[in-house]
Amino acid sequence: MTDDKVTIEVDGKTLEARKGQMLIEVTDANDIYVPRFCYHEKLTVAANCRMCLVEVEKAPKPLPACATPVMEGMKVQTKSEYARNAQKSVMEFLLINHPLDCPICDQGGECELQDLAMGYGSDVSRYQEKKRVVQDKNIGPLVQTEMTRCIHCTRCVRFGEEIAGLRELGATGRSEYMEIGTYVEKSMVSELSGNVIDVCPVGALTSKPFRFSARTWEMSQQSGIAPHDGLGSNIHFHIKQDVVKRVVPAQNESINEVWISDRDRFSYEGLYSEQRLSSPMVKQDGKWKPVDWSVAFDMVSNNLKESVSADPKSIAALVSPSSSTEEAFLLQKIVRGLGSHNIDHRIHQGDFSDQENDPVYPWLGQDIAEIENLDAALLIGANPRKQQPLLNLRLRKAALKGAAISALNSIEYDFNYQLANNIVVSPLAMVGELAAILKALAEKTGKNQDLPGFINKIEINSTHRAIADQLVSVKTTSVLAGNAFSSHPEYSSLRFLASKIAELSSSTFGFLGEFANETGCWLTGAVPHRMVAGQHSAQIGLNAISMFENPLKTYLLFNIDPLCDTWNGSLAMNSLEQAESVIAFSAFRTPSLDKVATVYLPISIYAENEGSLINVQGTSQSFASCVSPQGEARPGWKVLRVLANHLQLEKFEYEDVTGLNKEVNDLIGNVSPNNKAQYREAVLNKPSDNAVARVTDTCMNSLDVLVRHAESLQQTQDISDGKVHLNQTLANKIGLENGASVLIEQSESSLNLDYAIDNRLPENTILIHAAHPDTAGLGAWYENVSIRKA
Amino acid sequence: MQKIQQYFQSLLLWELVKGLQLTGKYLFKRKITIQYPEEKTPMSPRFRGLHALRRYPNGEERCIACKLCEAVCPAVAITIDSEQREDGTRRTTRYDIDLTKCIFCGFCEESCPVDSIVETHVFEYHGEQRGDLLMNKQKLLANGDKYEKQIAEAREKDSLYR
Repeated sequence: MTDDKVTIEVDGKTLEARKGQMLIEVTDANDIYVPRFCYHEKLTVAANCRMCLVEVEKAPKPLPACATPVMEGMKVQTKSEYARNAQKSVMEFLLINHPLDCPICDQGGECELQDLAMGYGSDVSRYQEKKRVVQDKNIGPLVQTEMTRCIHCTRCVRFGEEIAGLRELGATGRSEYMEIGTYVEKSMVSELSGNVIDVCPVGALTSKPFRFSARTWEMSQQSGIAPHDGLGSNIHFHIKQDVVKRVVPAQNESINEVWISDRDRFSYEGLYSEQRLSSPMVKQDGKWKPVDWSVAFDMVSNNLKESVSADPKSIAALVSPSSSTEEAFLLQKIVRGLGSHNIDHRIHQGDFSDQENDPVYPWLGQDIAEIENLDAALLIGANPRKQQPLLNLRLRKAALKGAAISALNSIEYDFNYQLANNIVVSPLAMVGELAAILKALAEKTGKNQDLPGFINKIEINSTHRAIADQLVSVKTTSVLAGNAFSSHPEYSSLRFLASKIAELSSSTFGFLGEFANETGCWLTGAVPHRMVAGQHSAQIGLNAISMFENPLKTYLLFNIDPLCDTWNGSLAMNSLEQAESVIAFSAFRTPSLDKVATVYLPISIYAENEGSLINVQGTSQSFASCVSPQGEARPGWKVLRVLANHLQLEKFEYEDVTGLNKEVNDLIGNVSPNNKAQYREAVLNKPSDNAVARVTDTCMNSLDVLVRHAESLQQTQDISDGKVHLNQTLANKIGLENGASVLIEQSESSLNLDYAIDNRLPENTILIHAAHPDTAGLGAWYENVSIRKA
Repeated sequence: MQKIQQYFQSLLLWELVKGLQLTGKYLFKRKITIQYPEEKTPMSPRFRGLHALRRYPNGEERCIACKLCEAVCPAVAITIDSEQREDGTRRTTRYDIDLTKCIFCGFCEESCPVDSIVETHVFEYHGEQRGDLLMNKQKLLANGDKYEKQIAEAREKDSLYR
């Protein structure tokens, strides 16, 4: 390795460097600051701002540190008069066309140009001529442009090309006429578009929801965890006067690197929605009335005590998998303390038939950072770009390095890298396709023991063979199951086949994780068939679907909107309407809760809450409350603890969240996950010909109750639209013309809906987005439907 | 010799004459006492009195909510909230100055990039209740409208020295 090392001298200090490293990387590593605008650690070198000019001995002119590779014996001066003059001249050029409107610029106070102009600029401007003015562009509801301020560093352009994988911003024109923009005016649709706000060194790209609402120096920064996907991206809240003003990423190379998704960045707006619940409420004669906490607790504990004395099993609880570990733990402890095992968090799952073989928790199968080292991967029912945006960055990195990534989906999702193979089939054919891949793999490897009998009848084609080839021909491979995998009605069969594929190809088998704390919910026993730390329960309670099949007496809903958050909204609503009491622990008032709940207990969420989240690789990350809860709302764990005291349950004497967290961690500390369990063998259901199958997709910005209340995110494209999506062929078949609506019948309900043509769908498949109040009442997420022109 | 001198000085009441000489000098000199409030002293254009928010001649308020005055205020007397106005410009929704905290140092007007917050020559104001000395945006803009001529003149005079 010594051959790779070179020794250079910077400002008289002798430094060691690797061969081929750029000078600026070496100076950064050694705390020697060289000014820069266009250089960014995570982006390629452009060397177009020229701010990092330094003096290199024997070079005829100053050289840019970001684009100068180190060489043995190089002598560099970064602060000599020669270097300083070069930097000062560049700064003067940059400021020629900059409007210097710092007083009204949101970047003021955290602006790299402002800082460097102080350090390296001249004190007066010699430029008297007219400055250039550039028209602002409207690039959507999240990013505000002020293009006159742009200094053409092209960081945003390179971010789009290299990281987000979507060339949305580009430079048109040259020199004085160069402009950064979208060329044709349109909104940015990337799920990572908000990151251009962070990479922009000046105030050209700023946050639209945050616009003009605070100055940087007024806000204090506190750490938090983003609760919208299984990764648990690290974030910073910027807080002014106890109000979260904005969210920015915190660096964590093992999880989110330096980026966050738009959903994580702008969901804070939901905290200040008008629908926030500010005090406990009780429904009396169909009217909601605010009450004191003590009144609400008395009522809830009386309800629960009554149900317990009648039949403890008439109590069921549903907890959102975005809730903290502590909340899930306490809720299941209360429910089990009352003598019921009816608790679940698997709100997006429809098939529980093989739950006794569930792993202790479904995990990613590897560390998040290892995803980028994959050589091949098979994604099943996954749309990582929208569902796990930051994990998708790693997949994209792997794909760019040459990994063969294949996908099997019911919707032709848009991937921002080249897929090696892409199979798009109706949800009814998913099991068959996966079995075909397994068969191809078995033929390839010769290991065809323990395979289900039906596999002989499966026909395989070249795509299946190609996927099998790619999985066995390289070293590091993974089979990754996405959100549509877990919510598929034949989940158990898919899981068996996927696990077998992973076994035969020596791949890791991982779940991408839909919610922030599924792991925590599994480990704390917020499932009907497992206790804390994944121990098998002697009694098995009702799961997230069966608890609604026959109406029970009392339901506890924790952070759940029963219509939008469940796999079968109409089933849930029906039972809840018939229940005697429905206790809603909620941060928001929602129409469906207004309708079915009997008591509202306001809980704090997100920045107001405290506790911990366990991400999909099993890392527990705790977060403290950063702002006071709204009104009378209190952190969920406190509400649950006081409720337990009212119920006279034992061992609920928690004083603070740290003590509670310690107890939970002691209980679950030594659990190691393993996805490759012995699953029940798959069964192949023959799809009936010509049946139209319904697929349900969760939209990125409609996933949970917090993002659904975030105003700006609701103006993006990634939300549920309440329409029936079908492809042109199907539309022609049922004779749809412009402006018509369709009548859709499913089990017992039927609805008249608008339609949208969506050619990403396979034949005889319709797509309805989850979590839209207009369509959620239709019934189960996956079912055969009949569709005709209304 | 010194003793003789002292003797004659005390005999002839020399000290008294000397004192009376000074009294006499001021007795006949032009008086500098001002009959406040009928008469007033001249003021520097830089006098720092009651605060005002100015407008442009077209009636648009000058303040752009940059919050530099709030940041620089050593007494933390200024509170500003800002938002995007309908026309897209940056404006304050709240501009409060607590005159009971203010130390009249003038940093706010020095820091203002648009000459919006200024200190006028008005120093004769009072409050009968505590709230009277808590200035808000309306009161400050009203001050600006009322004293605009005076403020503009003072700035004109001062501009030569800046």
